[in-house]
Amino acid sequence: MKPFNKLATSIAVIDIENIDTDQIIGSDHLKITNKNGLGQHLFSDWRFLGSGEDNPDFILNQHVTKHSKVLVAGDNFGCGSSREHAPWALLDFGIQAVISSSIADIFSNNSIKNGLLPIQVSKEQHQFLLSKNAKPIEIDLVNQLINCEGEEFQFDIESFARHCLLNGMDQLDFLMDHLLKIEDYEKNKDAKEIAHEV
Amino acid sequence: MVNTLFDKIWQHHLVIKETQDTPAILYIDTHLIHEVTSPQAFQMLRDNRLKLRRPDKTFATSDHSTPTSQTNDDGSYNYFGEQEERQVNQLKINCEEFGVTLFPLGDKKQGIVHVIGPERGITQPGQTIVCGDSHTSTHGAFGALAFGIGTSEVGYTFATQCIPQRKPKTFGIEINGELQRGVTAKDVILAIIQQIGIGGATGHVIEYYGSTINNFSMDQRMTICNMSIEAGARAGMIAPDQTTFDYLKDREYSPKGKDWHSEVNEWKKLSTDQGAIFDKHIQIDAGQIEPMITYGTNPQMGIKIGEKIPIKNEEKALNYMGFSEQENLLGKPVDVVFIGSCTNSRISDLRVAANIFENRKVSKNVRALIVPGSHEIKRQAEEEGIAKIFIDAGAEWREPGCSMCLGMNGDIIQEKQICISTSNRNFEGRQGKGGRTILASPITAAAAAVSGMIVDPREFINP
Repeated sequence: MKPFNKLATSIAVIDIENIDTDQIIGSDHLKITNKNGLGQHLFSDWRFLGSGEDNPDFILNQHVTKHSKVLVAGDNFGCGSSREHAPWALLDFGIQAVISSSIADIFSNNSIKNGLLPIQVSKEQHQFLLSKNAKPIEIDLVNQLINCEGEEFQFDIESFARHCLLNGMDQLDFLMDHLLKIEDYEKNKDAKEIAHEV
Repeated sequence: MVNTLFDKIWQHHLVIKETQDTPAILYIDTHLIHEVTSPQAFQMLRDNRLKLRRPDKTFATSDHSTPTSQTNDDGSYNYFGEQEERQVNQLKINCEEFGVTLFPLGDKKQGIVHVIGPERGITQPGQTIVCGDSHTSTHGAFGALAFGIGTSEVGYTFATQCIPQRKPKTFGIEINGELQRGVTAKDVILAIIQQIGIGGATGHVIEYYGSTINNFSMDQRMTICNMSIEAGARAGMIAPDQTTFDYLKDREYSPKGKDWHSEVNEWKKLSTDQGAIFDKHIQIDAGQIEPMITYGTNPQMGIKIGEKIPIKNEEKALNYMGFSEQENLLGKPVDVVFIGSCTNSRISDLRVAANIFENRKVSKNVRALIVPGSHEIKRQAEEEGIAKIFIDAGAEWREPGCSMCLGMNGDIIQEKQICISTSNRNFEGRQGKGGRTILASPITAAAAAVSGMIVDPREFINP
């Protein structure tokens, strides 16, 4: 997993609320047993016409936004299914951060474990960013700052998620470091259960 | 100190408490897995040369990619394609390698993961349960803390039997009163989601309680908890009571003998204390709820079946569905009816549907699929004569699985077809590209199947 520090890119805006993970990556593409190549199917029902050609109206097909690394989306992004294929697909396509006024819990959790930065901003900041399609943006995770068109604002992020993203670490090491505690917990629990059965 | 049901289970499973800098480490009692979200997690174990820590607490089944058609004469399966077959086979290989109990395709204990967990007695009150599937909230009906996780966390659970978690907030939903004729648990949860919204419970664990919930069977409670995620909730839960204990008694994995009595005594302590405060709270009058259907492309876009589609600036969704504001959907022709999924594929769902199919025929323009949630349910429905009612009516009586809820196994609808579905999600393309899903109860779905159109199911039920 690549560490996330600073990102300077352009914004791609998808001003649609409640974008669910079925739209991000359809169930047709969950049949793989690895994580590879999902970017080509990102938003496939919106990105491609019935004929299989690019839909010229879709934002990620447009010249000015097709290489954007930040997605600004409508409220409640990533709702629905727990499929981690959604952040895998976004990252594989080249998206490194998603900004919205709210982001669904499981999607947000999954993103952090893969180095995709989910940022929740206030309603006003959200409105501002929704109006900045194709404009440059800078995200500074160390200082938790977003810079766009002369506006600068701070964003909140859960401290451990920030730590993991900055260091490019998933959270398994954190758990493995506590294996002795886990063993203690299990012994204690098993003892209680045995006592309880007698 | 007064606590909510959630708080009690949370505290009991803390290996490490959360701090400013680090999340809590939460111990997991039961890990359920299926073929779609587990292969990469098994691979992670291999890549890191790790063992699966507690195979005894891990249970697997295949349900998403499995065919629901009959097997061939030689016993082979009609997979939709090679990928589906490979995924199902990979689960078998993985479970053998890591010593996990698998209820494989063809096994009499196989079925939808959220149906067989409770059915086998694996799901028990007070447990923490995770599964790489958002509808894991279903198991909360037993007074468990059960939630969906991604594949990374499936891997973490394999390796450590724990996941890192920040403590969620709590949301009390009190539901009182008696349901009207023709109204089901599905209508109750659709009405709740319509009221609080698809993101209305984000960051929260819902506890459902009140007289309506007390009177619900376990099947009804599972339908309610199942769709908690459709309001964005981390989990949904209901305190266990005699109904829960009666359901679990003598199931395969339920405690037996003396253990049973001591466990039940522990389980009885699992309820929210008088005076405990939820972070959010609403009250619902169940008596006001009518049969519900959805008209749009997420579960919050619901109406009472006779109501007009509201004016809410939902143009994108209505264009997709081919509907318009102020339109009344009664009389709208339907193409497909799907009765199944982890929301509504249990025996009581099939019984109420069968009451409507009995002595009637599926409309000639409708394809009706009935997909039981498990082999156990299928067997029971066949014994009770329910299956025969479906078959005689001209419906397809299929093998268990997730089937047309998400169409991974090839059970899909065609572009612009309207499907009345007892599943949980009406997202764009969920049941097939361009397909139009209307969520409803098994009664409403069955009434549509025999009428060929959307109808008020109360017309089919004697007062």
